[in-house]
Amino acid sequence: MSEGPVLFGVHVPPHPQPLLAHEQNEGWGRLRAAFDHCREQIELSGADILLVYSTTWPSIIGHQIQAHPEPEWVHVDDDFHFLGSMPYKFRMDPEFAEGYRDAAEARGLFARTVAYHGFPIDTGSVVALSLLNPNNRIPACIVSSNLYANRSETIVLGKAARDTLEAQGKKAVVVVVSSLSNRMFTEHIEPHEDRIHSQKDDDWNRKMLEFFADGRLEDISQLSRDIHGQIRVSKVVAYKPIWWMAAVMGQHNNYSGKVHAYEALNGAGGAVISLVPTSQSVGDKEFDEDDVEYYRGDRDVLVSGDMDAPAGVKGRLDDSDAPPTAGPSGVIHVPGAPKPVGAYPHARRVGDLLYLSGVGPRNPADDSIPGGAIRDPDGNPSEYDIEEQTRACIENLRTVLEASGRGLGDVLDVTAFLIDMDRDFSGYNSVYGDYFADIQPTRTTLEISALPTPIAVELKVIASAV
Amino acid sequence: MARGEIVLGCLAPHPPHLVYADNPEQNEPFSEGGWETLRWGYQRLARKLKNIDYDTIVIFTPHWQTYIGTHFLGLPNFKSLSVDPIFPNLFRYHYDLNVDVELAEAMCAHAAEAGIITKMMRNPDFRVDYGTITSCHLLNPDWDKQIVTISSNRNRHYYSVEVMNEQATALGEACSRAVELSGRKVVLVASHSLSHRHFTSEAPLPEDMSREHIYNHSQYVWDMKMVDLMRAGSMREVIDLMPEFTEQTMAETEGGGLTWMMAAMGYPDYNAEIYGYQSVIGTGNVIAAWDPNEQRREVVL
Repeated sequence: MSEGPVLFGVHVPPHPQPLLAHEQNEGWGRLRAAFDHCREQIELSGADILLVYSTTWPSIIGHQIQAHPEPEWVHVDDDFHFLGSMPYKFRMDPEFAEGYRDAAEARGLFARTVAYHGFPIDTGSVVALSLLNPNNRIPACIVSSNLYANRSETIVLGKAARDTLEAQGKKAVVVVVSSLSNRMFTEHIEPHEDRIHSQKDDDWNRKMLEFFADGRLEDISQLSRDIHGQIRVSKVVAYKPIWWMAAVMGQHNNYSGKVHAYEALNGAGGAVISLVPTSQSVGDKEFDEDDVEYYRGDRDVLVSGDMDAPAGVKGRLDDSDAPPTAGPSGVIHVPGAPKPVGAYPHARRVGDLLYLSGVGPRNPADDSIPGGAIRDPDGNPSEYDIEEQTRACIENLRTVLEASGRGLGDVLDVTAFLIDMDRDFSGYNSVYGDYFADIQPTRTTLEISALPTPIAVELKVIASAV
Repeated sequence: MARGEIVLGCLAPHPPHLVYADNPEQNEPFSEGGWETLRWGYQRLARKLKNIDYDTIVIFTPHWQTYIGTHFLGLPNFKSLSVDPIFPNLFRYHYDLNVDVELAEAMCAHAAEAGIITKMMRNPDFRVDYGTITSCHLLNPDWDKQIVTISSNRNRHYYSVEVMNEQATALGEACSRAVELSGRKVVLVASHSLSHRHFTSEAPLPEDMSREHIYNHSQYVWDMKMVDLMRAGSMREVIDLMPEFTEQTMAETEGGGLTWMMAAMGYPDYNAEIYGYQSVIGTGNVIAAWDPNEQRREVVL
């Protein structure tokens, strides 16, 4: 058995048929029997907590974690209300929930606990906890599936769960509540008519089950986007539970896998699977996807590629798409920023801070000066637009910050240099306010006699690097 | 029996923030206000509704999401506590509402005749979605009218936004026939926002209006395009644009609410009454009404 905090993992479907109608279809009955088998294993496990990630609990405002000590209600499914009601009273672990929230925030996520009477616990969680832990022998914790979370965010969320288990010295059984293929029939069918929606879905499900049976959890995690593209209905919820499960359980293939049942649930693929950590593994251990320890994204949802971004919306898929950041010693050179006029980098990361070299308004493409140079090639003074120079200056600043994995919102301190305070302060100050009024970095503005290039303004910045 | 008629159609967004900001006695949390532009707009529309003779509010909600057809509430009364799963800190509302089951069954039957998969929901433990409750509370705080709630079928997830538009159109036409034969005077409500890109974190004080703005400019431009067309009475063009609008703004129109309502009302070519536009946690929300009665219709904003 495991020496880590996770004793074993279980993958179960969210549909209510195994709970409410298992006698109406042989396949649903086999799923129910598989749930019962896993329940027995959980009872024998000595686990301190059941840690549940449910795909039928979507969240938008970060990650929500159930923290009510004894949530109680009578739940009815939106689609399958005719199968009956699901009364429940569960036992949660609020201490773990609060620790999990803190651990998630420490890794850069937005997380919060929910502890309200009547909070609508989702169908998947109700089914899983009712069948796997019917007497509340083991306290549970449920975490939501954020609609917008990408791979990096979901993996970090899984790691935060592991952090919490380790910090609190608890042993967990991890429960993922998710379909395999999730394409249901869109018309009413009789129980005896149930089957997997298509041969293609069935083929992919069986391929996934081969991986599960071989204990290749990390391999499935790395294939998640392909799986989603092939057999998942195109809605916001991707096949992300497997990212979370792999991250909680250790991101490897060293498991003994067993598929206890695989059946159709109104067309979707439902399987009850267990994964027990072992010292054995299948295949080598080279994985393609980058690992992520800390979430730095802005959860800007709408990404390109596999995740169904609307046309024209730009966004980062995950941290692996981020531009290159610091080299040795934290030194950062940014090809898209104005070339330095000396032997210095654009920025340097030291500890939690990012120091930027002075940034002027020069156009990185051709060294021209937006708003005009302060003197012509012969050295004669010429008219220039301080507002346009300041704007270009701040946009160059943004370029350097974003190439360093940060943004204008991370600026802590600004030192501004003007060559003519009387003439330019007002225009510079106005543009500055457009960008920084809400960010509120500290600022010092100085008049100096000259800058190395024919510009009127330069900014020196210190930003947060975390 | 006199022919039934649709006496008003309302686009009534349902951010729970508006109920939270109103501090009604049914809602547990307490706020210091917020989102006044929308709340005052709702108050004006609610006053108008008080002066209209009608029997039933029929509401199409994106927060009762069904994948197997379109469902209708099918019991005469529902009473419970509604807790918003996304904003439980803002919305924990004790509701007690009455359903016009006869009209719901008629709509269900007409929709089925039109080839739409339908189901009546008759489980007494069923919890009515917070979208229905929010829109109904804001339009009719006295709760003195029966309602019909129609689920939004998520065929957009299975097929495309175009298919959603076609099915919602067929459903709207079926509901219109049911209203005519029922003899009822009915207010239709499409309960949803316009652009629906959400901030993914929340201010420590949710009603801190210094933090509220539209998610980004492109969402604003799309919203204004739709509002301008509404003001101009170009609703067929709005519906024609709906697939692209829905894709570009992640809009709740993907559930088909506005399309359903416009199809039921025959695509009004008169101006919509605009009661307010404001963002709520980054989403764009407009309160609008279409009044078939020319004498009563007004230019609000």
